[in-house]
Amino acid sequence: MEEVQEGASAPSVHGHNIKVTEVVIDGDTLTFLIVSQKLSGTGEYHVYRIYEDLEWLQHHLFSQEDVPGIQGVIFPPIPAKPQVNASAKVMKQLGFLGLGEWQPYCKALESFLRQVASHSVLKKSKAVEIFLTSADPPGRQRVRKNIFNRLSQAVGEMRKEGHKDVDEFFQAARDQNLIITGCTKSATERFLDVVLTEQKIAVACGHFSAALHLCVEAGEDPDKQAFSSICVKLSEVFESIKKNMMSTAENNVSTLGLGLDLESRYQEAEKEMLFRRTCKLAELETARRNAEKAKPVKKAAMEEVKKAAETEFNHICGVAKQEIARYEAARVQMLQQALVQWCEKQLLTARESADQFDQCLQGFRGMA
Amino acid sequence: MAASSDRSPPPLPAAEEPEAGASDMADGDSDEGEDIFVSKSNPVAVSRGVSQPDRVSEEPPDLFSEEQASDTNTQANGVHSDDDNDLFADAQVELSTDKSGSSGRKELPTSSGPCPASSAAQSPAPMQTTSLEQLEDEEEKDSFDLDVAVTNPEKVGDGMNAYVAYKVSTRTSLAMFSSKTFSVRRRFSDFLGLYEKLSVKQSHHGCIIPPPPEKNVVGMTKMKVGMDDPSSVEFVERRRAALERYLQRIVCHPSLIQDPDVRAFLEREDLPRAVNTQALSGAGFLKMISKASDAVNKMTIKMNESDTWFEDKFQEVENEEQQLRKLHAVVDSLVNHRKELCGNTAVFAKSMAMLGNSEDNTALSRALSQLAEVEDKMEQLHQEQAASDFFIFAELLADYIRLLGTVRACFDQRMRAWQRWQEAQSTLQKKRESEAKLLWANKPDKLQQAKEEITEWESRVTQFERDFDRIGMTVRKEVLRFEKEKAKDFKSQIVRYLEAMLHSQHRLIKFWEAFLPEAKAIA
Repeated sequence: MEEVQEGASAPSVHGHNIKVTEVVIDGDTLTFLIVSQKLSGTGEYHVYRIYEDLEWLQHHLFSQEDVPGIQGVIFPPIPAKPQVNASAKVMKQLGFLGLGEWQPYCKALESFLRQVASHSVLKKSKAVEIFLTSADPPGRQRVRKNIFNRLSQAVGEMRKEGHKDVDEFFQAARDQNLIITGCTKSATERFLDVVLTEQKIAVACGHFSAALHLCVEAGEDPDKQAFSSICVKLSEVFESIKKNMMSTAENNVSTLGLGLDLESRYQEAEKEMLFRRTCKLAELETARRNAEKAKPVKKAAMEEVKKAAETEFNHICGVAKQEIARYEAARVQMLQQALVQWCEKQLLTARESADQFDQCLQGFRGMA
Repeated sequence: MAASSDRSPPPLPAAEEPEAGASDMADGDSDEGEDIFVSKSNPVAVSRGVSQPDRVSEEPPDLFSEEQASDTNTQANGVHSDDDNDLFADAQVELSTDKSGSSGRKELPTSSGPCPASSAAQSPAPMQTTSLEQLEDEEEKDSFDLDVAVTNPEKVGDGMNAYVAYKVSTRTSLAMFSSKTFSVRRRFSDFLGLYEKLSVKQSHHGCIIPPPPEKNVVGMTKMKVGMDDPSSVEFVERRRAALERYLQRIVCHPSLIQDPDVRAFLEREDLPRAVNTQALSGAGFLKMISKASDAVNKMTIKMNESDTWFEDKFQEVENEEQQLRKLHAVVDSLVNHRKELCGNTAVFAKSMAMLGNSEDNTALSRALSQLAEVEDKMEQLHQEQAASDFFIFAELLADYIRLLGTVRACFDQRMRAWQRWQEAQSTLQKKRESEAKLLWANKPDKLQQAKEEITEWESRVTQFERDFDRIGMTVRKEVLRFEKEKAKDFKSQIVRYLEAMLHSQHRLIKFWEAFLPEAKAIA
């Protein structure tokens, strides 16, 4: 495994325009081509990465223990693991990201990398630099599943989720997060259902279009010809309808779908951050109690522990407050963009379809 | 064939008569006619049809063209047609009862009368030599109107004896009716009774009599219980629209409109209750058709058609029926997906509304709520689209699948007529043989009787031969008419479908245009 030094240096590439330009499927493995622009303006980095490399990156980001208050960071969420010929369970997990030929997935990956490379704290990690610029793959050792980010680990941990807060701001943040996370997840799943049904309609239209061609008969009988040409034209109409549906579905996925998906995963990330803080709070309160109750022999040691917990906790709160503010602003902007793009694309598709249908209609009206 | 509500059916057969002239006995064209009585019982060169004449096809001016239809009812499907004001807006039928004109078509021989079958009432062998000589002018064509609509389904009575009565309204300038506009109330079994009466009449043999909609015990029972829930509403609407199309097709048919039972159905205040409509339930109808086919298959004497027209057409009809069944299955699945989309959209809209409510940021909250409203409106659009798919396409295909079944039945009727003729000939032969024997045995009394019997059978043979010829020509004419109507019917339904879709798209565009500034305002 490569030695990773944490340094103060930011990555040597621009964060805001990292692109995932290609995905290569080789058997069961998906390999992504990641392109980033050098800060120096002298060119680009092209690197190939697989999912395990992402996990490596995430692990290193989590493990930056010497960064004060690191636990207060809302870590940009990585997408779920992709799978070629995914099972139903995996498809459900992936949601929007499992659709199409992995384009939505690539976009989500892009989002992630941009967020990491632009994050004031995270971008300084050497791991980021290595991930984005190293021609060799970063260490591919199987990474220990980091309990850092696992909310659902121990039942004991779960109890802390309801732990009352000492700070109004954070209590409110936790309450709001709880409500909104549920709503967003629900909306995302419902929207996915809409898209999947739209795709089914497109397929059915394709079938109808194909079946109509079977009704076309050769021959010179004018009545037969009249009917045959009706069938041909109708077949074209349904091809049009099919394309309209597919475009509509695609627009849904590439704008609002991805937006809701990202929002949903980010809210989970915020939830996890808040939980970490809550756990720290509980730890602190325990430390305080211990320090109070401690026998004189242990007192000094307990006080040390208490002080350390306090310091860490305050750091976390400081970072967390910043993160929450940043996140709130970013998510509104992100959702706005998603909604505007969604609306614009659907408007364009609707107008194009109206034109096509109009043409079809004129064609039919003009038929003998 | 006629259209359903909101469609304007094409102009009536009068205009198409010339085409059907193919079925006329143009003696000059066919050689086969001469041979009939010469040959023995089998195999017989049968077909007396005339080979298809060439057409110079020119569409007659569409007097009740789609332009009229398009602006009346943009919700162009069965769902919204209970519009009393506009009952007849699109249900127009042009009917000609006199010697039909060619209305622009320079071809064919027309028969003297709207349909050979109906003039059969006047003479047994209507197909004549007159046909070739008659080339009518457009000006000679008299055209009359008859519009019919089925509306206002109302539940009558209570409990399991309840039934639905429909208002059948007619508007006409035809002289044979006692007034110009009138309406009666009819129930479903009345419609079935009409079909039964028409289908047993000899004079209509060979005609493609439009089949009525199918009985549906489950649907009816549910409805007897209550007419308010959505599935009952849909059921009633579907039935109403189907009954309307059924009547429109009947009145569109040149000989059926002449039928006194049809007139009675449209006009008479009270109609005797139709009983024995069991045979016409969905299953019953199909059984009837397949029984006929079975009878034909069991025929021991093989019919040898010298004109392959009938064989070829029959094959075409069978193929077409299969294709339409496939199409219908696909449309069915499409309709189901659309309904699913309605459901999904509604649920999504709700979840967006909840999200908007929970959202802290005011502008974002507002935009999300607007989004929820847009989605709600889209659900409405999807509903209409699903209805459109169903009432326009699915029902159209279902109608034609049933109609094609009827067409097959007509071919079978012809076969049975042939069979009767052959059997009569065979009996005649036997009678002649026994006469010969009696002559030889010298039994004057019995001989007299034998001679009488021979005369009787000779006239029967002639009769049956004429019947067979007549039916053959009717079938031919009917099939040609059917094909034309089918093309027009499909075309007009497709136009209606596209119009509805285009309208939907425009509304959708408006929704998006209204939402865009809302989305941009978040900041």
